[in-house]
Amino acid sequence: MAGKNTYEPVPVEKLRFARTELRIHDTVPATKPIGYMKDAWIRFRRNKMSVAASLIILAIFIFAVITPFINNFEMSSVDGIYAKARPKLKAFERSGFWDGGMNLRLNNRYYMYLTAIGAGAEDVYGAGVTWEDGINSPYYPVISRGEAYDSAGAEFRDARVDSYYIVGFVYVSMTREMFDDVREWEAETGINVFYPMIDTRSRYMDPGNARDANFWYRHAANHAPLNARGQRMDTIEEVMEHGFADNYLRDSEGNARYWVRQDRGMLQVRVLYYNYYQYMNGHEPMHALGADGQGYDIWRRLASGILLSFALAASVSVINLTIGAFWGAAEGYYGGWWDLIAQRICDILWGIPFIVVAALFQLHLVQTGRVSPFWGLVLAFVATGWISTSYTVRTQFYRFKNQEYILAARTLGAKDFRLMFKHIFPNAIGTIITASVLVIPSTIMIESSLSYLGIVAFNTRTTISLGTMTSNAQGFLATDPHILFWPSLIISLLMISFNLFGNGLRDAFNPSLRGTEG
Amino acid sequence: MRMFKYVCKRIGLLIVTFFVIVTICFSLIKLLENEVPLGMQAVVELARREALGYNKPIIEQYGIFLRNVITKWEWGYSWHINYMMPAQETITPRLPSTLLVNAYSIIFCIPVGIALGIWAAIKKNKITDHIISTSVMLFVSVPSFVYAFLMQYTLGFRLGFFPVIVSSLHDAGGSWFTRTMLHSMILPVLALSFGSIAGLARYTRAELTEALTSEYMLLARSKGLTRSRAISTHAMKNAMVPVLPYIFGIVLSVFSGSIIIEAIFAINGVGQLYIRSIHLRDYDVFVVTSAFYTIITLASYILVDLSYGFLDPRIRMGER
Repeated sequence: MAGKNTYEPVPVEKLRFARTELRIHDTVPATKPIGYMKDAWIRFRRNKMSVAASLIILAIFIFAVITPFINNFEMSSVDGIYAKARPKLKAFERSGFWDGGMNLRLNNRYYMYLTAIGAGAEDVYGAGVTWEDGINSPYYPVISRGEAYDSAGAEFRDARVDSYYIVGFVYVSMTREMFDDVREWEAETGINVFYPMIDTRSRYMDPGNARDANFWYRHAANHAPLNARGQRMDTIEEVMEHGFADNYLRDSEGNARYWVRQDRGMLQVRVLYYNYYQYMNGHEPMHALGADGQGYDIWRRLASGILLSFALAASVSVINLTIGAFWGAAEGYYGGWWDLIAQRICDILWGIPFIVVAALFQLHLVQTGRVSPFWGLVLAFVATGWISTSYTVRTQFYRFKNQEYILAARTLGAKDFRLMFKHIFPNAIGTIITASVLVIPSTIMIESSLSYLGIVAFNTRTTISLGTMTSNAQGFLATDPHILFWPSLIISLLMISFNLFGNGLRDAFNPSLRGTEG
Repeated sequence: MRMFKYVCKRIGLLIVTFFVIVTICFSLIKLLENEVPLGMQAVVELARREALGYNKPIIEQYGIFLRNVITKWEWGYSWHINYMMPAQETITPRLPSTLLVNAYSIIFCIPVGIALGIWAAIKKNKITDHIISTSVMLFVSVPSFVYAFLMQYTLGFRLGFFPVIVSSLHDAGGSWFTRTMLHSMILPVLALSFGSIAGLARYTRAELTEALTSEYMLLARSKGLTRSRAISTHAMKNAMVPVLPYIFGIVLSVFSGSIIIEAIFAINGVGQLYIRSIHLRDYDVFVVTSAFYTIITLASYILVDLSYGFLDPRIRMGER
């Protein structure tokens, strides 16, 4: 092959310049430069899951912030009578969904008792009501009921019952002035609060029911209603036919009496609690997310718990970052003896189980009243939390401190502090931001675990944490699961979202992943 | 030899750390005021405290404490939980339930977690992988007490498959291994395992996918091995090297998670003892249970570090 290599030399006049009309040189890049942060932001935006997660976090935060303005309840407002009330929205009343209903199994007499609440609410003046009046009353507690069925020889119905109307009537003591005030309010609004008192000494009354203001009808010792002639009515049909016979306290002219004098000038009155509540609070009793075991509004408490979690997690994250950054920078930059000693201190602190730290801080600072529970917990978190940040920073300093650009900066006269925080530290910023964000879910989780265990206590009238809410709710797990549901849901949502958000940040700050995603 | 030296150094460091932590716990707890006893027994109580040296300066008390621990293995006395019982003995009867629940959970979660991880890695980017990865994300994030509640409510209360709380030793017929006891332990074991299973599955998946894309796998396939054989003999071995140390880490996380699970399922274990010692201010019991948890934490850290070195020949121990 080599023998065929017989090229003729090209004469000079055949050569000519190519592209003389073009000037070939570098130009200033026409596009804008993309900095580290902007680059990270572009990559973060592409990660749909993380964006969704950050939106959820934002939504939860906004929910917590605006709650005090749109919710009717104060943090400290508590009503034991509506404790454990189910979630209810006015728009869904009697719809079967989000209507404050709970499922009950009613026997005949209980079904009559509930109908009597509706009927009694229609009978403001003691003039007599029918079964139909009771069923059609707006205060009738039963939302829907199934067909009757036989179980162990007795008749039962499965029914959905409104947990607010089921309270019915309640005895209340009040002063004469307050009585007049309520009467005025009644006249103004047209809502009836006072209902006729019951003759508890009557022979048509089971003495065991004397404190129950819903037994306004004549009944036998087994709670079965009696008709006007004093005969027992055991079936629903009988009651439907004859109606309830009232047992009101009447004066000599036969008019119903609305109060009984008690000692010290107080009056005992019988109120329809739903309406009395409106008089007391200015709004209908309606907990959008239900009421907890003590009668606090879950929505309001939840919002406060969320804010507490956010505040706690943010303070821990910021303080950890600050201490960890300085400690790690000093360790990594100076090295030597200082590094060795600092590392041993870290090793020892790192070995203490967190629960021991938290317990010691609680016993020493919080229970002696030196700091508030909040700051006690922040201190406990910070006591060992900064170590992992300092490890990260230290590693970065070891990696960068011997590089040429540092030497160059030093030669130009940069001081230690400037070298540390202007030249080396920014290299670690992505890792540190990610770590600080990932501290937030773990802080929320540990806080809720600790308050669940009762090691930290946020359970006052004005402060509550999500963990304390779950811990308080555990006793009602079997009967009233909604109390436990909301705080658990929010904790889980926060944890999932913060983890997704943190993972998204980690990927965004990692330039080696550039272009790998679709 | 270098390995032996390194192990000795680590154990020495463990002892020093343990000692320092116990010292901190002891002195901080003794700095707190003891509440003044009331009632008929007050005089006896005060005399007892005097005799046990509770009124001496803390440094002297610490000396007595150390001497008793080292010579007689005495960690002080319980004043509230089991009156006048030596503190270390309050742990003993509560240890089996804690250890059993933890052991069952660890035994359960290791094979399940690894299997799920392997399955997800083999089916990478297929529907199986997506399902496993999403549920792993959920279970890693959601706190264990939330699914403990969920299971308690659905499986325990609504459906009635399992008891809601763990039965006591007496109800279970006096043994830890009766059917009643095992049956009642299923829920707490499950609640304790889910998080660890998810963590383990995620870690295994990450390691195995990395191994599957490596060049030795290409070589194995090109020399004629089937995919399954290449995975089981080549990729798996390498992927398991970092997974095994991770398992030791799981032991620690299971132990610390078990405190809250014990509270939810009313298990009378060490975790409950610890919580009660804080609430009742039973200081000596607090110190000894803190020591118990500290030693578990430290031991698992060491196990993780050492196992890396034993399993991975690329890591030489004792080198900087």
